[in-house]
Amino acid sequence: MRSKNDSALKLNISNLSKRFDAHQALDSVSLNLEETHSLVLIGPSGGGKTTLLRILAGLEIPDTGTVELNGEAIQFEEPALLCYRRTVRVVFQAFNLFPHLTALDNIALPLEKVHNHAPTQARDVALQLLRRFQLDAHANKKPAALSGGQRQRVAIARAVAIKPRVVLFDEPTSALDPEMTAEVLDTIEQLREEGTDLILVTHEMGFARLAADRVAFLSGGRVLEFGETKSVFDAPKTEECRRFLGTVLKY
Amino acid sequence: MHERMTGLSNPVASHRPLSKLAAALIAVAMVAAIFYFSFHQITYRWNWHSVLSYRLILVSGWMVTLAISITSLFLSIIIGVTFALARRSEILPLRYFAHIYVELVRGTPLLVQILVFFYVVADAFHVGNRYLVGALILSFFSGAYISEIVRAGIESIGQSQLESAKAIGLTRAQTYRYVIFPQAIRLALPPLVGQFVSLIKDSSLLSIIAVNEFTQAARDINSITYSTLECYIPLAAGYLILTLPISLWTRALEKRLRFET
Repeated sequence: MRSKNDSALKLNISNLSKRFDAHQALDSVSLNLEETHSLVLIGPSGGGKTTLLRILAGLEIPDTGTVELNGEAIQFEEPALLCYRRTVRVVFQAFNLFPHLTALDNIALPLEKVHNHAPTQARDVALQLLRRFQLDAHANKKPAALSGGQRQRVAIARAVAIKPRVVLFDEPTSALDPEMTAEVLDTIEQLREEGTDLILVTHEMGFARLAADRVAFLSGGRVLEFGETKSVFDAPKTEECRRFLGTVLKY
Repeated sequence: MHERMTGLSNPVASHRPLSKLAAALIAVAMVAAIFYFSFHQITYRWNWHSVLSYRLILVSGWMVTLAISITSLFLSIIIGVTFALARRSEILPLRYFAHIYVELVRGTPLLVQILVFFYVVADAFHVGNRYLVGALILSFFSGAYISEIVRAGIESIGQSQLESAKAIGLTRAQTYRYVIFPQAIRLALPPLVGQFVSLIKDSSLLSIIAVNEFTQAARDINSITYSTLECYIPLAAGYLILTLPISLWTRALEKRLRFET
């Protein structure tokens, strides 16, 4: 099914903690991941999924703990963290794109300014990606002229443009209606099939089941369950996970 | 202060050019009629001749105002942007310094600032040229307002965009250059025009430190000829020649920078 199998994700998280004032967002999280191409984080809101993803994106600095991505420890201090951020990509829930730039320029900007492509080369790469995601008709539109689904797909195109080590999705479809959700999930599935490693926070359990190699269930800032997708969904070990899946899969 | 909010469509834009021209002519005719009526009511003995013989004073005054305005305009932009950035600085003393500067300048009369700056500060730093001092005073005065306009523009850029910029690996400087400023300038432009126009007119206050600018020239001629209106009507026209191009130019720029959000 998979075209490339050589660059599986290796993630080594140990004792990761993060507190926001009174809220313990992550409470000594440890996670070991090998030979995985797609990890999906599920769990109730406020359970720590997004915080974990933001730490992996280099956008949040943990209070304690270490993270190793593909054998390399993330140094949580500037300017090393800036360099790290340039090797991974995040797709947020919404507002990923800059409103004053066209779809094409949104993709070309980081290529040109951060990754030192020549301007024409950056535009070529951007245009190629837009074609790959059937967005070339919208290349010269500003985000306001695009639908929510198109915006997210342009954001995904921008994310993969730099060939990141991993693409991190933070509830990429939560702000979209069902039709657009399907459109965006199709694109993520296309990436996955083409061999892009990804970590995804989502509430779309059907998609999680389909696309995930591994699933982690986070609740109360801790990883309560972690394992193969099938085993987590079909035979959850903890009461919390059972209750969570029972609720979200009820309708 | 501004006739039109950016982003909203201009209601006139859909009209045909001919009807727009006709409307403009009617508006001009209305203004002319009001002035004609008013001037017709007063019995005033016009004496353009005596004023005309002093026209060179008026012209040189206008040139002084032009030179001071252009200098202050550029300096005040630099000062304004610098202090706007200082107010967002992580270095607290710098931030507070910028805050105090803005509040002091905005909260006190320009007249007092001119006197204090000229007789105390400029003297202490041995700057003798009153034209240079005048331009500097105006720049610092206008710079305080511009820094607030620029700061408001910068702060209108949402946190989510700054987050996006950070996530794609832009440095702080690059974020300002490619994300914040292009958008902030669009929002800041209309209030900036108002500020530039004010700056030009405020330069007339420099006459109190004996800068022979445009308004002072008109005053001088008036004191010789006693032809008040003949001095001050050209004065108004002379200021319009300076302020109108700025308004028109920025209007055009605004159109070019417009995008939907």
